[in-house]
Amino acid sequence: MRQHPSYWVFMVHRVSGIALAAFLPLHFWTLSNAINGSLAWTEQPLVKFGEWLIVVALAAHLGGGLRVLALEFLAWREWQKSLAAAAAALAVGVGLALALAL
Amino acid sequence: MSFRTQAVLWVAQRASAAVLAVCVVVHLVTIIYAVQGGLTASEILARTRGNTAWLAFYSVFVLAVSIHAPIGLRSVCIEWLRWRGASRDLVLLVFSAILAWAGMRAVLALFA
Amino acid sequence: MKVLVKRGDSFQEFEVPRQPSQTVLDVVTYIQRMLDPTLAYRFSCRVGMCGSCAMMVNDVPRWTCRTHVDKVVSNDRLEIGPLRNLPVIRDLVTDMREFFDKWARAKGEFRGAQTKKDDFAKVPPQSPERVLVDKGIECIGCGVCYAACDVVKWNPDYLGPAALNRAWTLIKDVRDNQTLERLRAVAGDAGCHACHTHVSCTERCPKHISPTAGIAGLKRAVAKAVLQGEL
Repeated sequence: MRQHPSYWVFMVHRVSGIALAAFLPLHFWTLSNAINGSLAWTEQPLVKFGEWLIVVALAAHLGGGLRVLALEFLAWREWQKSLAAAAAALAVGVGLALALAL
Repeated sequence: MSFRTQAVLWVAQRASAAVLAVCVVVHLVTIIYAVQGGLTASEILARTRGNTAWLAFYSVFVLAVSIHAPIGLRSVCIEWLRWRGASRDLVLLVFSAILAWAGMRAVLALFA
Repeated sequence: MKVLVKRGDSFQEFEVPRQPSQTVLDVVTYIQRMLDPTLAYRFSCRVGMCGSCAMMVNDVPRWTCRTHVDKVVSNDRLEIGPLRNLPVIRDLVTDMREFFDKWARAKGEFRGAQTKKDDFAKVPPQSPERVLVDKGIECIGCGVCYAACDVVKWNPDYLGPAALNRAWTLIKDVRDNQTLERLRAVAGDAGCHACHTHVSCTERCPKHISPTAGIAGLKRAVAKAVLQGEL
């Protein structure tokens, strides 16, 4: 079913939030093991791709979150916010993703 | 859980979101800088070890995440998992504690 | 064109002739009068004032009397169903009771301190509160926003955009004196805090009301009351 932009921004926000919540315990556990140098497994391409995905998810979640904060606390028109935040999230996500890939 | 508590959860969620907005931007910038600069694990550790400013910042980050993530998941549990009752909030409280503990453990591992 | 009408669990197909300036309500009326008299549906004014003819058209909630077939038909095909998120009585007719029950639970009725012996309340139309009220006051309770809302779908307790929008207009009405009671009624998992700003309600409202804006106002008002220890 065709849905409007705000719906998709919400869906991305929620799915990225779930992904980040699932990722965090792993992230903390890996960091704790970083000092004893057992990080060789992180060099695998699949892991690198996963890291890139997580960064994009974080940027997308930030963008969606800023949109919610704007809608709830500022007197702004809804469609502006949707576009602005969606664009922001995309820009941040893509920019970071590219930066990391380099 | 009373509607009053639920309202407090909402306030905590938005407040931690505002804190995280700052933390996440700083974190992302730091990560890009580290990756682009080709910093090795030992080089990163050299910068975090004994760095109290770093410790303070990431402790706040971990605390904010421990508040923000479980409250966010709460809505998902209610709406998508149809999880009713006290068990849901209890599990989320435990998850919050796990995040705080694991997060601080990681932070201290890089600081000490 | 082919018109698929949801009846119970399945769709029944009808062949309906196209007419100039035809509305979806015209289509439903044609089916009931010419093809199948057992089809149940609601309408009243048929000129976009009462909201009775609200239905799902191609899975989007609309007033069928104000929806031109030209705007929604594709490949000579149209799908019509009862409003989403409400129990179905029969065919295209839904049971609106829970919609209005939630209105009552959100304390959607005016309560003031003055009597007919007092002078008229003076409310300047351009005062900030009245401007906010006027933006949301035109709701006729058609249920389109309720049908559009995914949170209503996911959470059966959720009061919904119309009830919460009405609560907002009453909180902002300077003559009303039940603000704290209203805030208590709309706070929590079943109330304004369950809104995730999908903005589907605002998107679909035929009166161009923004329940999203009203609900955001409720969130702010509740937060303020909680932080000031009033709730």
